[in-house]
Amino acid sequence: MPKTVKLTPPLTNEDVRNLEIGDKVLVSGVIYTARDAAHKRLLDLLEAGKPLPMELQGQILYYVGPSPARPGRVIGAAGPTTSYRMDSFAPTLLRLGLKAMIGKGKRSPEVIAAMKEYQAVYLGATGGAGALISRCIKDARVIAFPELGPEAIHRLEVEDLPAIVINDCEGRDLFEIGVARYRRSPAPK
Amino acid sequence: MREIEVAKVTQGVKQAAIDANYEASADLLAALARGAAAEESESGREIFRQLLENAGIAREERVPMCQDCGLAVVFVELGQDVHLVGGSFEAAIQEGIRQGYGEGYLRKSLCHPLTRANTGDNTPAVIHTEIVPGDRLKLTVVPKGGGSENMSRVHMLKPAEGWAGIKEKVVGTVREAGPNPCPPIIVGVGIGGSFEQAAYLSKKSLLRELGLPNPDPELARLEEELLLAVNDLGIGPQGLGGRITALAVHLLMQQCHIASLPVAVNIQCHASRHREVIL
Repeated sequence: MPKTVKLTPPLTNEDVRNLEIGDKVLVSGVIYTARDAAHKRLLDLLEAGKPLPMELQGQILYYVGPSPARPGRVIGAAGPTTSYRMDSFAPTLLRLGLKAMIGKGKRSPEVIAAMKEYQAVYLGATGGAGALISRCIKDARVIAFPELGPEAIHRLEVEDLPAIVINDCEGRDLFEIGVARYRRSPAPK
Repeated sequence: MREIEVAKVTQGVKQAAIDANYEASADLLAALARGAAAEESESGREIFRQLLENAGIAREERVPMCQDCGLAVVFVELGQDVHLVGGSFEAAIQEGIRQGYGEGYLRKSLCHPLTRANTGDNTPAVIHTEIVPGDRLKLTVVPKGGGSENMSRVHMLKPAEGWAGIKEKVVGTVREAGPNPCPPIIVGVGIGGSFEQAAYLSKKSLLRELGLPNPDPELARLEEELLLAVNDLGIGPQGLGGRITALAVHLLMQQCHIASLPVAVNIQCHASRHREVIL
């Protein structure tokens, strides 16, 4: 039976192991944004043996490129972007202690295996609900790569940002199970 | 011959870009409400509820409904009795996009394909122009999100594959896309023409008002058949499983070469945004 869990990073292995696919989570505290270009920069820094702009151990990355904030607002729209574009980068970050990723869409078998190996989860936020999700963001500041514009790494303070566990650290996939329940045509080969 | 100042084009495109991003159209809201009523899965109904709430917040707070404010595609129907004066027509459209995305606090999502350097103003827009009879100018601004565009495909089928082949390509494209393009989606299908014309038709088909049947009864029947097949996939809202994977399938078709059967599938996310300006 799916449960609702409040999550605040830094997350421990125990926090993550408690989560099962279908669980609803409400994320509060500090999380970091990163899209394609920022991931490439992070991996370049690691390869060069340089420090990263933020701690990864126990942290949550949110795959988002927000729209600009109108004066008086913390942030513009801020819904998730499609996660598979970060798949080639994710296992390295998981090995370094990243505990959760928030995005939309499916992950590769390699990322799912890495989540199992390093004890991490993938959380789905509602794609296209950028205005709604922005209400959960209480503070936003760019902490790295400002030249990337919407792709810069932002430090976000969030309160009860809603998401659902898509992949847990047992290697299970909510998309497969959910779709199988409603499929009326033959399953894909 | 009727003269239209290109400054009016800039003004119209600017406002259309902003309004398209803030205000979900009535046909989209109605389609989401119908989807919410028809969806059997609990998580799917919750997604529909969130999307309708999101549209309300975007409209009230003047914030984009989706942070991906899109690559701006502008469909132009230019009356042949119109004389555009006061400068370059294309530059006027690009200026409207530049101003709209700047003043509207919309995300600038255009970059160099190789260096990935952002152009900073969401230009250049992609412009499609058709010359039509009359003395009016219609501009439709379509902010198109990258996530759904990435899941779109063009297939060059063998003529022998026929309708069954077309159907399998449409359904297969949606199946492969799964949760990635933000379902519930709208599926634009272009059949025939040439390689690029099929893709153009597939995108143009998305301009039709949601809920209106195809004016061609035969195409309307084919659209219904494709919609049933797509929704039988069970992908559902956000891919969590459900009955409503697509809100609609739209089809445009034209003659093609005897050797060819081009089929293009343009996936549109639920944030289906378009605004018309008529001058």
